[in-house]
Amino acid sequence: MPTPRVKIPAQAAKGEVFEVKTTIDHDMESGQRKDSAGKPIPRKIINKFVCTYNGKEVFKSDWAAAISANPYLSFFLTATESGSIELKWHDDDGQVYSASHAITVA
Amino acid sequence: MRTVKTGVTRRSVLAGIGAGAAATLVAPKMALADKAATDEAIAKLAGGAKVQEGKVKIQLPQIAENGNTVPFTVSVDSPMTEASHVKAIHVMAEGNPSPQVASFTFTPTGKATVSMRLRLGKTQDVRAIALMSDGSVWEAKQEVKVTIGGCGG
Amino acid sequence: MRKSVLAVSVALVVAAVTGKALADPPFDPKDPKMAPYIAGDKRSGYTFAEPETRAMQDDDFTNPGFLWVEEGKKLWSKAEGAAGKACKDCHGDAEKSMKGVGAVYPRFDPHVNSVLILEQKINQCRTERMKADEWKWDSKPLNAMTTFVKHQSRGMPLAVQADGPAAPYFEMGRRLYLQRRGLNDVACKHCHEDYWGQHLRTELLSQGMPNGFPQYRLKWQTLGTAQKRIRGCNEEVRAEPYPWGSIENVALELYATWRANGLKVESPAVRK
Repeated sequence: MPTPRVKIPAQAAKGEVFEVKTTIDHDMESGQRKDSAGKPIPRKIINKFVCTYNGKEVFKSDWAAAISANPYLSFFLTATESGSIELKWHDDDGQVYSASHAITVA
Repeated sequence: MRTVKTGVTRRSVLAGIGAGAAATLVAPKMALADKAATDEAIAKLAGGAKVQEGKVKIQLPQIAENGNTVPFTVSVDSPMTEASHVKAIHVMAEGNPSPQVASFTFTPTGKATVSMRLRLGKTQDVRAIALMSDGSVWEAKQEVKVTIGGCGG
Repeated sequence: MRKSVLAVSVALVVAAVTGKALADPPFDPKDPKMAPYIAGDKRSGYTFAEPETRAMQDDDFTNPGFLWVEEGKKLWSKAEGAAGKACKDCHGDAEKSMKGVGAVYPRFDPHVNSVLILEQKINQCRTERMKADEWKWDSKPLNAMTTFVKHQSRGMPLAVQADGPAAPYFEMGRRLYLQRRGLNDVACKHCHEDYWGQHLRTELLSQGMPNGFPQYRLKWQTLGTAQKRIRGCNEEVRAEPYPWGSIENVALELYATWRANGLKVESPAVRK
């Protein structure tokens, strides 16, 4: 089971713009390779990433097979209120990997 | 001195050397995306709006040490307010089997800057298109030279 | 004579290639930022890398090798095997007990009367102390634990022993390092001693210093060990690679690591 790594500040001032850095271990199998026997290796990638902030979707990203293995993603949010930032990675096979991070906004 | 291949696809180079090493890397036969196909995809995303140069910045290495992992950052000049913000950024690679790389959907928060890492099959232009809340569409592109290891890997 | 060596091997791959000059990655030996990656005439692979690759290594969050460090950290406290023990039960806090260990491997092990690489020492602990199964070569847990242990020595100069009981292994490693192999008929030393700093096709040849292993390679899109890299080099010169953990591949890792003595451990490094 892939394990995400996430870096988000624990505290931020109201209105402050902060960076969300994420990585997750995943092969991002493109579907364009063949194994040593010449058989095509089926595609298996993370195709969608969603970030919600206190339940509201604030950022989303759709990924194609051109995204490198062990995908790294960084983006920015504005600190509006204390609460929880939820991150979800959606796999082609239906699995969802998630991480949750508490933030205090003063 | 450093040299770069020109006019040779990675696939043909791989096919020409060490069949053993190439076997696991060769892609199935498929048409590569090209500029025309990418232009078409971009026009579709723009939905009739004129694609203008400016506002978007794309940062990539000029020389990718390996096409498998190429870091990129796209940023768009926008206040990211309710009244004026970036709705989406689309990243395309003209010379890959399929031009789609990633799409990013924004809300009025933070700033319009994203970083990831992408795969490039050969030397080509990488393009970023930004769709703004006022309906305007902006573009930037950069060429990345993809090198091949000394032994062909 | 020496020039003809590369001429022959390069001819195989260069035929289809036309050239245009591009700048090498910037390197100034007097730049204080480069100091941690230099020891006398020895240069870490870091100094041969493009700025974007260096930047990926510089930040422990953007460095994908840390996915393996984190995994190894978890495994350190996980009890496995019939003895019901975790690494932590004998070795305590890895940050203290494992500090310096990675800097002296490969190392002669009196229990088995042979030189062992770190992966073999970890598996020895698993089978003998934990009564657990060996981890497979290049498996996620073995690579994660090896990276986690080696990482505890980051910043310490490599100091592997070539004399004493390790001497016969060292001599074997040296012999293999100098021996021509494969269809390309080249030895390790041709690229990494005679021609480093020059180009093989587009590639800037490094000194072949293994101080960053296990390392994340952009080409592999994953992390791998020195064993994997040595096998990869053999495949690239069209030679049959020595098996994982074989006496030949271990002796080569010992010799290659000894060459890097004095350079600081960077594990997990990021390389092309």
